[in-house]
Amino acid sequence: MSWLDIGALDNIPRRGARVVKTVHGCVAVFRTHDDRVFALDDRCPHKGGPLSEGIVHGHDVTCPLHGMVIGLADGLATGADKGAVATYAARVEGGRILLDAARLIRGAAA
Amino acid sequence: MRRKLVIIGAGMASGRVLEHVLAQDPDGWDITLFNGEPRGNYNRIMLSPVLSGEKTYEEIVTHDDTFYAQHRITCRFGESVVKIDPVNKVVHSSRDGTPYDKLLIATGSAPFIVPVQGKDLSGVITYRDMDDTQAMIDASAKPGARAVVIGGGLLGLEAAAGLKARGIEVAVIHLMGHLMERQLDPAAGYLLQKDLEARGIHVHCKGATKAILGKDRVEAVLLEDGTVYDADQVCMAVGIRPETRIATDAGLEVARGIVVNDQMVTSDPDILAVGECVEHDGQLFGLVAPLYDQAKVVAATLSGQHAAFQPVQTATKLKVTGVDLFSAGDFADAPGREDIVFRDPARGVYKRLVIEHDRLIGAVMYGDTADGSWFFGLIKDGTNISSMRDTLIFGPAYQGGGQTDPLAAVAALPPEAEICGCNGICKGSITAAIEGGATSLADIRAQTKASASCGTCTGLVEQVLASTLGEAFQKPEVQPMCGCTDLTHEDARRLIKARELKSMPAVMQELGWKTSCGCPSCRPALNFYLLADWPLDYTDDAQSRFVNERNHANIQKDGTYSVVPRMWGGMTNPRELRAIADAADKYAIPAVKVTGGQRIDLLGVKKEDLPHVWADLNDAGLVSGHAYSKGLRTVKTCVGTDFCRFGTQDSTGLGIRLEKRLWGSWTPHKVKLAVSGCPRNCAEATCKDVGIICVDSGYEIGVGGAAGMDLKEVERLAKVATEGEAIDLTVAFVQLYREHARYLDRPYRWLAKVGLDWVKARVVEDPENRAALIARFDLSQGVYQRDPWADRATRQAQADFAPLADLTKEVAE
Repeated sequence: MSWLDIGALDNIPRRGARVVKTVHGCVAVFRTHDDRVFALDDRCPHKGGPLSEGIVHGHDVTCPLHGMVIGLADGLATGADKGAVATYAARVEGGRILLDAARLIRGAAA
Repeated sequence: MRRKLVIIGAGMASGRVLEHVLAQDPDGWDITLFNGEPRGNYNRIMLSPVLSGEKTYEEIVTHDDTFYAQHRITCRFGESVVKIDPVNKVVHSSRDGTPYDKLLIATGSAPFIVPVQGKDLSGVITYRDMDDTQAMIDASAKPGARAVVIGGGLLGLEAAAGLKARGIEVAVIHLMGHLMERQLDPAAGYLLQKDLEARGIHVHCKGATKAILGKDRVEAVLLEDGTVYDADQVCMAVGIRPETRIATDAGLEVARGIVVNDQMVTSDPDILAVGECVEHDGQLFGLVAPLYDQAKVVAATLSGQHAAFQPVQTATKLKVTGVDLFSAGDFADAPGREDIVFRDPARGVYKRLVIEHDRLIGAVMYGDTADGSWFFGLIKDGTNISSMRDTLIFGPAYQGGGQTDPLAAVAALPPEAEICGCNGICKGSITAAIEGGATSLADIRAQTKASASCGTCTGLVEQVLASTLGEAFQKPEVQPMCGCTDLTHEDARRLIKARELKSMPAVMQELGWKTSCGCPSCRPALNFYLLADWPLDYTDDAQSRFVNERNHANIQKDGTYSVVPRMWGGMTNPRELRAIADAADKYAIPAVKVTGGQRIDLLGVKKEDLPHVWADLNDAGLVSGHAYSKGLRTVKTCVGTDFCRFGTQDSTGLGIRLEKRLWGSWTPHKVKLAVSGCPRNCAEATCKDVGIICVDSGYEIGVGGAAGMDLKEVERLAKVATEGEAIDLTVAFVQLYREHARYLDRPYRWLAKVGLDWVKARVVEDPENRAALIARFDLSQGVYQRDPWADRATRQAQADFAPLADLTKEVAE
């Protein structure tokens, strides 16, 4: 796996998110209350809302547009809702956030 | 064959030795007990309640004549031992000699007398035994008696409080900068002094006694600084020293006290010593707990068992009724030590924990000492507290996970905690009513008035009923805030105030939230309650706000935002309009629209452009219109007397003044105002949260209108003659709404719950309360009335609004 350094963990507030622009659209990178990071497509499966602007609670995010709740670990809608967003491998090393390059940059193996 | 045990001194330590010895070996000893005082063992710790009149001497006797007779103890009370002859093993009193096999010295301590002129005058009393206590009681009987206590330590303050309780004037002279400096730090000493002064005890710190004045008896005390205190009696309570004279004369090793080893044996193998007269490992002992440990060791040593005395930490409590004070361990400042401090000025509570190497080494508490023994245990055990450090100061109730019992939070409230804010009813009054037979909410309302006004505390009253009555009380179903808690919004809000919870973690921990960090439903509500109730203490949490308030713009369906600059009272000018037009061009903003609130909306702005658009608009003097906030939105106006031929007042000017006063304030839901210059009502004031209609004779103020999901006309709050009054009532109404409404209730919904009369009583009919509401609003505005656009004009803020990284140019190798 090839990892891309996309920035410092401190650049994302706890229980918050920032976006990373990719050739396939924006990816939301979340930092939870326990300093774990998750990367998901920044598009709610419901009506395309920017998940990166939702309220982060536990390991879930609630879409800011209509309130669909998405699990950060698996990208699946929770509760009675159906839907899924793509997730990407992410980890923190030495205070830096690393994303799996595959599927994120041009020419990388899918 | 019974051996001979002689004990010199009948204090608390020797009394405890007697019990242990008799328990271990009831028939092993012939015991002779000498006591200089003409009485046997009593509880010296309880002399203070005797002095204050709360107890009698008889009540504090620990061993009476029956006890001595039953155990065949020879009592030699009122008979002083003058000499020990260790060679022949005989103790000499003024009358005769008594042989011993084992001797126990328990002579205690003698009060230290300040060597000043007049120290021997009649009326100068120490405070060590029953005779001293009786002397003070007798001297206090004189009408108009005055006393001076020299020494503001534990003993002196107990004496002072006891004398005061006897109804006499008391002044305490203390050499050091604060009271009880050995047990308290300056902050706690200050609170103690305040408490004592509130009881009428005069406290003079940094006071050095120069002389005690008087001819035959005490008349006054003169200090070095020239102050003179009149006195009929002077109580010397500056300290004690071990009573060692008899041991010194016998040739025993004596340092500051009689030196003993771990077995409590002195330098003579047949002589033991116990209590305040001993010195063990360089240490003296003045509190009762270690003396009892010593007594146990003495008894073991006497019966030939091995035991060793190990001094443990001791904790101090002041035995003055109504003064709640606790201190334990070491609380001096030193490198490598850290403090955790909790202060509550309103309740006079101060707590300080001293931590060194992840261990609690000292604790000082004043005003609320309920957790003292728990902290003391942590000090004694040297427990590693790193895992509970964040919540340590809140005590054991907050450790080890959330509370599972939803009633626990209410059950834990002290009796003086206020439940009903409207009528000032505390928990104690409600439990008293329940004990008196009340079993339902209606009973409580009838008997205490709690929950009988605005009703927002109903849930709490029911919980008090449930926790007091148990299953006998059937609680009606209520709607909790969200799945994270069983509390309703009203309950949570009341508890935030009553328990003075000032941070999100404190709320979640103390009120037993079931989730780690809440949910999108409770977090924004809690964030509002906290910032509204504690504007100075709480720090706004951006991550607990909906996207619009976090980004200070309204998110649109495609993820772009709208930007609405404020136009005060709907007024604008060519310069502002040009700046708006320029920004729309520069950032290719696709839509520009006039809103219903008399201002201009720029729609379709990209997130990363927001700080730049704001900066440009700021340059033209425009600020955020808060079109996105649960806060003041607009004040819509008509042109009023400026231009209109029907106008009765300056409605535009009033609108602008109201908007300038209210902008930036956060409220439970959005708040919209309007001011119309005449009853034709061109500004549509009759469907606003607050709508003012100007008439010839003044201003009609309506509240609780709506023109959204519901359509509702305002109700008349009041009619006032002046613009100033109109502004005052509006501000007070908004503040009352901020303090009491549930999050996301518009004013009309809140009004439907509490009733217009309840609001009128507080805003209109009670000028004092109105002024207090206005003051609290202005205090909050001091913190929150800031232009968020200007705050985000920095390079850092601009970076935060941009993507974290752009991988579109990256190519795999």
